[in-house]
Amino acid sequence: MRVALFVTCVNDTLYPDTGRAVVTLLERLGVEVDFPAAQTCCGQAQFNTGYRYETEPLVRRYARAFEGYDHIVTPSGSCVAMVRDNYPRIGEKAAAEGRGDELAEIAASVVPRTYELTEFLVDVLGVTDVGAYFPHTVTYHPTCHGLRMLGLGRRPVELLSHVKGLELRELPGADECCGFGGTFAVKNAAVSAAMGADKARHISETGASAVCTVDNSCLMHIGGTLARLGSQTRPVHLAEILASTEEHPYAPGGIR
Amino acid sequence: MSGGTYLGMPAFPEAASESTQNKQLRANLTHATHTIRDKRAKAVAELADWPQLRAAGAAIKNRTLRHLDHYLEQVEAAVEAAGGHVHWAADADEANRIVIDLVRMTGETEVVKVKSMATQEIGLNEALGEAGIRAYETDLAELIVQLGDDLPSHILVPAIHRNRSEIRDIFAKEMGNWGRPAPDGLTDRPAELADAARLHLREKFLRAKVGVSGANFMVAETGTLVVVESEGNGRMCLTLPETLISVVGIEKVVPTWQDLEVFLQLLPRSSTAERMNPYTSMWTGTTDEDGPQTFHLVLIDNGRTDTLADTVGRQALRCIRCSACLNVCPVYERAGGHAYGSPYPGPIGAILTPQLRGTQSKLDASLPYASSLCGACYEVCPVAIDIPEVLVHLRERVVQGGEVTLRGSRTTIKPAKGHAAERAAMRAARWALDHPAALRGGQRLAARTRRLHPKRLPGPGKAWTETREVPAVPAESFRDWWQRTRGKETK
Repeated sequence: MRVALFVTCVNDTLYPDTGRAVVTLLERLGVEVDFPAAQTCCGQAQFNTGYRYETEPLVRRYARAFEGYDHIVTPSGSCVAMVRDNYPRIGEKAAAEGRGDELAEIAASVVPRTYELTEFLVDVLGVTDVGAYFPHTVTYHPTCHGLRMLGLGRRPVELLSHVKGLELRELPGADECCGFGGTFAVKNAAVSAAMGADKARHISETGASAVCTVDNSCLMHIGGTLARLGSQTRPVHLAEILASTEEHPYAPGGIR
Repeated sequence: MSGGTYLGMPAFPEAASESTQNKQLRANLTHATHTIRDKRAKAVAELADWPQLRAAGAAIKNRTLRHLDHYLEQVEAAVEAAGGHVHWAADADEANRIVIDLVRMTGETEVVKVKSMATQEIGLNEALGEAGIRAYETDLAELIVQLGDDLPSHILVPAIHRNRSEIRDIFAKEMGNWGRPAPDGLTDRPAELADAARLHLREKFLRAKVGVSGANFMVAETGTLVVVESEGNGRMCLTLPETLISVVGIEKVVPTWQDLEVFLQLLPRSSTAERMNPYTSMWTGTTDEDGPQTFHLVLIDNGRTDTLADTVGRQALRCIRCSACLNVCPVYERAGGHAYGSPYPGPIGAILTPQLRGTQSKLDASLPYASSLCGACYEVCPVAIDIPEVLVHLRERVVQGGEVTLRGSRTTIKPAKGHAAERAAMRAARWALDHPAALRGGQRLAARTRRLHPKRLPGPGKAWTETREVPAVPAESFRDWWQRTRGKETK
């Protein structure tokens, strides 16, 4: 099987380890991975801040970049939710404004082909044991988009539970938002920081060495807050844990 | 917070940056919202058909809103046939004038009030006060707010920001100025506080000749109004006075009693986490020698028709004011209700207020942004209002402007002020993201200068680095790594 990796702009620019981990993991599972270089960003930040017209060129770019691929796999729950929930809305609104069906057709074409990484692993490949090894204590924060918009359910936890050496610690108040929220983090910095502080406290209470999510944007906020508070818990994307093996163990900087 | 007015309040971020620092408020709210959210979850989980009820609630409201003109005329005809009088108010001022005139016709100078969001929305108490008519709130929490010269901060429990020792102080200090004083030696035991309120309110119930209420529902087929409550003060106000004036938003109509059945299951479990609320009062016009002999229904629009014209925003009119969305909202929990500058706080307020009042003031333009879009509100909403969808839709209205309906006519509004720098940044980002070579250039520049990046950023970045570290920029972006290691293998 050949899939396209949509690495996302945040991972491309700030978290290339996550992108490399997805490649390593999928290839280990026998999947051929392409990285169409025309890809950039799904437009989530623009759209969610209210700049729908600035989002439209990025919707078109997404469609062009991934044309011809049956499976577009991405290690970001919120970017998948952007495509799945909001691309059809962008198409509908453009049509209602008398600007034709082009965007609606794009949405109809890309939505069924776009998969969040754990969806692709569990639903398409049908695996929950990916042969990973990660000898650390980990707590899992189900991000809002993963939990409520995509309904990832137990997929991430199932995958983590099969990782050799990994001890999963339950996170108190797990379903509460970490307070990132894209531009919310700076537009409403006080509330965002208050939410982040509570999330960081819950994470620290687990005593885990790492906190893991399916989204590096939330993890940037959580990890940045933990680091400022001097916590020993390291932020790690789920893909990096699943990519780690006994032959090639992955150890994020400073992990206990 | 004092003076009982929302005028001149700061935008949400400014208000919230103060309220989040208030430890007492934070503790009161965390305790109260977590308690009720857990109870609601249990109460809802008892019903196996909750998803179906929720879908039915949304569908009934949608159908009713689609044919609102028809159902409102049905309400009017049925109420008048049953001996009531129906008045139509286009906005808050008109509604207030109508109520003032109706009270004056009775010759009375005081009224007792059932807890009502519609009368909060139109500022009825203040308008009555200016007309020399004193309005007494009789709901326990509204009484606390009124005695404390305060503003409500929650739809269901307007004094949620107060703890019991604060309530004791308010009762001891203020009850005497409004009527029967609090007993000497009042403590903060809940039973004592409730007893003090009961004694204080009873003399008002027994004296009042005019009652003012809202309504949770109006059943079109019979013209019956419904008030759902817990304390029984509403029943007193609805049955003892000679004249009853009910001020009701036009979206409160349901076509039939069969439709009402759905909402009487959805509302109590969602709001107070009760299987059924203790008091459900229903009245149809007037009845000889039983209850008020004069009944007036004041139907208010106040921005609802404009909201109905918006195909995305209209779902906010499905709201049954249960406040489940407030109780699960992480932003509400930390900022508190007053930061929303409206009787409708929390997630529903953030989509209702900017539609009813417009997005032109700085405060109202900030409300659609008072959310991390976490979606907890949508998940618990008993009528499935997709609050995050409407928030983003209203953000568009704020930064892009565009066509809206204002007072019944289509108008093109300009973007709200104060977004020029953000708009420029969004455009620049979009340009770079639509030109992968430019994106790559930016990534490489950031990588080359990464040792120089400051830990604390200036300008808008400061809002990030106040409480968070910035991520270190990697030496190589993913796309450069891919090109270097695999570039020749795939397209």
